[in-house]
Amino acid sequence: MKFESTPGYQTIHHFLQTRSFQPFRFQRSCWEKINDHQSGLLNAPTGFGKTYAVFLGALIQFINQNPNSFTDKKKRGLQVLWITPLKALSKDIARAMEEVIGGLHMHWKVGVRNGDTSATERQQQQKQMPEILLITPESLHLLLAQKNYALVFQSLQLIVADEWHELLGSKRGVQIELAISRILGLRRLEQQNNPLLKDPAIWGISATIGNLDVAKEVLLSALQNKGELVQSNKKKKISVHTILPDTIEKFPWAGHLGLALLPKILPIIQKSTTTLIFINTRGMTENWYQALLAAAPEFAGAIAIHHGSMQQSLRNWVEDALHTTKLKAVVCTASLDLGVDFRPVETIIQVGSPKGVARFIQRAGRSGHQPNAVSTIYFLPTHSLELLEAVALQEAAKENNIENKEPLLLCFDVLIQYLCTLAISDGFEPETIFKEIKNTFCYREITRDEFEAVLQYLTMGGKALTAYDEYKKVEWIDGKYHIRNRKIAMQHRLHIGTIVSETMLKVKFSGGGFIGVIEESFIARLEPGAVFILAGKKLELMHTRDMTVTVRKSNSPKAIIPSWMGGRMSLTANLGQKLRKVLGESNKSTAIEIRKLQPLLNLQQERSAVPAEDELLIEHIQTKDGYHLFVYPFEGRLVHEAMAVILAYRLSKIIPISFSIVMNDYGFELLSDQPIPLTESNAKELFTADHLFTDMQKSVNSTEMAKRKFRDIAVIGGLIFQGYPGEQKKARHLQSSASLLYKVFSDYEPDNLLLKQAYTEVFAYQMEEQRLRDMLQRIDQGKILLRYPEQLTPFCFPIKVDSIREELSSEKLLDRILKMQQEAAIR
Amino acid sequence: MLSIPYEINGNKFWLSPGKTIFWEEERILILSDLHLGKATHFRKSGIAIPQQVFKEDMHRLVQEIQLHRPAQLIIVGDLFHSIENNENDFFLKWRNDFRHIPILLVQGNHDILNKKWYTNAGIKVIPGKYMHQGFAFQHDPPAANEELSNFTFAGHLHPGITLKGFAKQSFRFPCFYCTAHFCILPAFGYFTGLATIKPKKKDAVFAIVEQTIIKV
Repeated sequence: MKFESTPGYQTIHHFLQTRSFQPFRFQRSCWEKINDHQSGLLNAPTGFGKTYAVFLGALIQFINQNPNSFTDKKKRGLQVLWITPLKALSKDIARAMEEVIGGLHMHWKVGVRNGDTSATERQQQQKQMPEILLITPESLHLLLAQKNYALVFQSLQLIVADEWHELLGSKRGVQIELAISRILGLRRLEQQNNPLLKDPAIWGISATIGNLDVAKEVLLSALQNKGELVQSNKKKKISVHTILPDTIEKFPWAGHLGLALLPKILPIIQKSTTTLIFINTRGMTENWYQALLAAAPEFAGAIAIHHGSMQQSLRNWVEDALHTTKLKAVVCTASLDLGVDFRPVETIIQVGSPKGVARFIQRAGRSGHQPNAVSTIYFLPTHSLELLEAVALQEAAKENNIENKEPLLLCFDVLIQYLCTLAISDGFEPETIFKEIKNTFCYREITRDEFEAVLQYLTMGGKALTAYDEYKKVEWIDGKYHIRNRKIAMQHRLHIGTIVSETMLKVKFSGGGFIGVIEESFIARLEPGAVFILAGKKLELMHTRDMTVTVRKSNSPKAIIPSWMGGRMSLTANLGQKLRKVLGESNKSTAIEIRKLQPLLNLQQERSAVPAEDELLIEHIQTKDGYHLFVYPFEGRLVHEAMAVILAYRLSKIIPISFSIVMNDYGFELLSDQPIPLTESNAKELFTADHLFTDMQKSVNSTEMAKRKFRDIAVIGGLIFQGYPGEQKKARHLQSSASLLYKVFSDYEPDNLLLKQAYTEVFAYQMEEQRLRDMLQRIDQGKILLRYPEQLTPFCFPIKVDSIREELSSEKLLDRILKMQQEAAIR
Repeated sequence: MLSIPYEINGNKFWLSPGKTIFWEEERILILSDLHLGKATHFRKSGIAIPQQVFKEDMHRLVQEIQLHRPAQLIIVGDLFHSIENNENDFFLKWRNDFRHIPILLVQGNHDILNKKWYTNAGIKVIPGKYMHQGFAFQHDPPAANEELSNFTFAGHLHPGITLKGFAKQSFRFPCFYCTAHFCILPAFGYFTGLATIKPKKKDAVFAIVEQTIIKV
């Protein structure tokens, strides 16, 4: 039968006609493939009905399988497992689905399961699963931690990974790979008894990324089948504008906040129905919110703030108000990057660098949500050199030059967590699981020895056991690995997940009322009586007890804005390359941004040099702080960090010398208390790609890069126990810091799996060896410009004021301390 | 490893890089925050801390005892980390070899084993404060504005000091933190963290840099 004549298609087609909805070609193509039980990846811009493309396919298939009984009240068991990265999304997707189901007089139930789902609801689901379950990766793993979880998936027909581009390349994506491998593994087992049983189909939904084929391969890896790629030919039109300073002379050379240009956005907010103002960090959103209110008091009540540390109900309120056009503007972080369409949003303002083309386009797409509407985005530079980025972004957006998302490989921390999860529910057979994970993309290269090492770690807690050891976690009972200790099982359940944040404390009013969460390290620095800002409110700290910060409202004119750690993104390779080109061609550019910037570029030229696209600029500058070496590869902070430590390491082989290192997206600085031995004669040699890997390894060993990576790995791998909710006191004897653990393992168990993974992650995802190699080759083929400016230059200034520093030294620690003391005595 | 002398009220106290203080006149070795049994406590709960941590601590304790040959040990709290486990038994074996040295434990917040256990181990437990020859010993550091009638040795804090140098160099080390009225010892246990202190000008801080004591 032709697909269009099937009862399923007819039913859906009729339903859509009554709502005067005309399906796009890509939607129909998706429906047909799902109906045929094929798997694949769907790529379409936001606002074109991606959810319908997949969800209606599942309905068509079901109707075709049950043409006469699809409206029966009969419970069908779980049919569709819909995995979304954001809790906030589930609610709206569920609503849209229920509308269709109701319209078709079907009786499918749509269930939501995430951290906010109540215990009662979870129990009900346990008894009778809804036909559709919207779930986060974490909750999916929690489902695998329940006894008899296999029964849940028996009737499953379709697994959907929504916003797959967000999950790919993250450990949450790896969680999905593992869960799929288990669900398929269970199905294959049943197929031995019932060969007619089909595999569930798997569909990913993704925005555009550079490597969609890889995205599809990773998701479908366990199926061992290539699947289909469905792409819409729709393209979102984007109109990009830059907010320009009146004079470059008064515009700051450095800074992240960008408040200097705030007055310029007031008319933009005024004339748009609703504007989203994207800011890179949570702390800065608080700053902007306060500054906007101060600059335009008439906006009070019509602007709101939205970020991940705010209480959920506050965020929900903001989202609802967005839908209903109650707000003129919302100051937000990436917390509003994803998700349902806020139709009233007409304009986007991006404050500071979005760091990548994909993110910029994605954010632009949050406006003009109707199909074929134009997305409007304004870029607001926070310091002078970001005007270059404005041009680079415009060019890249025009060319749709979108980054790849690289999948993660061999994440032992996630595997350890997953195996513990299986061990607390029904236990696992190592042979079965080994075969299953070998089918995933992440673990397809895992060796038997590595797997055995993981098992040994889980059962024995590492090596070198003595008679008096009491390690207890996973045990071998009747042919399966189990966790039988209820306390350990409970600890594990509380820690399932791969998003690691700093220890967060709840913030509450003394009279009750929850405001949000804040980092412990921030609160620890404050005395009672201090005033800080959260969720746009000024709050006076009263006391901190049992992981809860009690506050009262304050009218103090002074307030501290918390700085939330983390979230320092790095410029992508695509944007870096564009930036070098824009800079190299700046002297003949006609772009208005460059013309504005010209006086500053002239100053840079006068004091030092403006490098051409194939040139690397290096500046030696001496100040009262010491001897500075500034290098400008324009490759993004991660690559710069890697290059900086390698350069520091290579220099430290020439003479005993210590460096402190700092970088931004444009370049990096080595600072030393003695002259830095880089000269015309050895510059090229110091940037050679020869021995790169050896030098990488050696330089990483002498810095703290691995230590920082270790924190997340230690939490995911179960080494850091963050306590039970509400009874943190009891767990305190089990708490330790990641840096302490890092020291302990480095000293006593250097070949520990999780410690080794920290190093692997630094090499593979932070230092990005391939990008480093490409850069060094570029430098080798190009020219090095060595300059000795008398004064600080416009290029070096933003780097110099940055404060997060890395260390590398070839001097003995004790000698350094004694030298420091002598120097201090002289002054 | 070189200890350095520090004089308080006419008495000589040797600060050791082994994280102990030896009181010369009374031949007393003072230490704090050993947190013995911490690694095993973690391991019992499924957190795989390397076991050797415990051995390192015991090894250093023996070294300090052999070096100073003290007549008595005063521990200003947190000898054991938590409830009983096999590391405590191991400690008992070691204790038998040094049975002749009295141990006095000023009770800390982690010292929660039952009384019998301490008696059996030959450890005298004193809650609150212990006085000896005009010096006081307690677990919690005195408050900054507290009036002290005796010079006090304390623990609990796990003090660490940040040293800053030219060209933005910065390091953190465990330290002895001494004011005119009290001295806070570094945590003896290897598997313990640091709390950064902000000393005043007139305070004396001794950083432990590898095997050396450096007056800051």
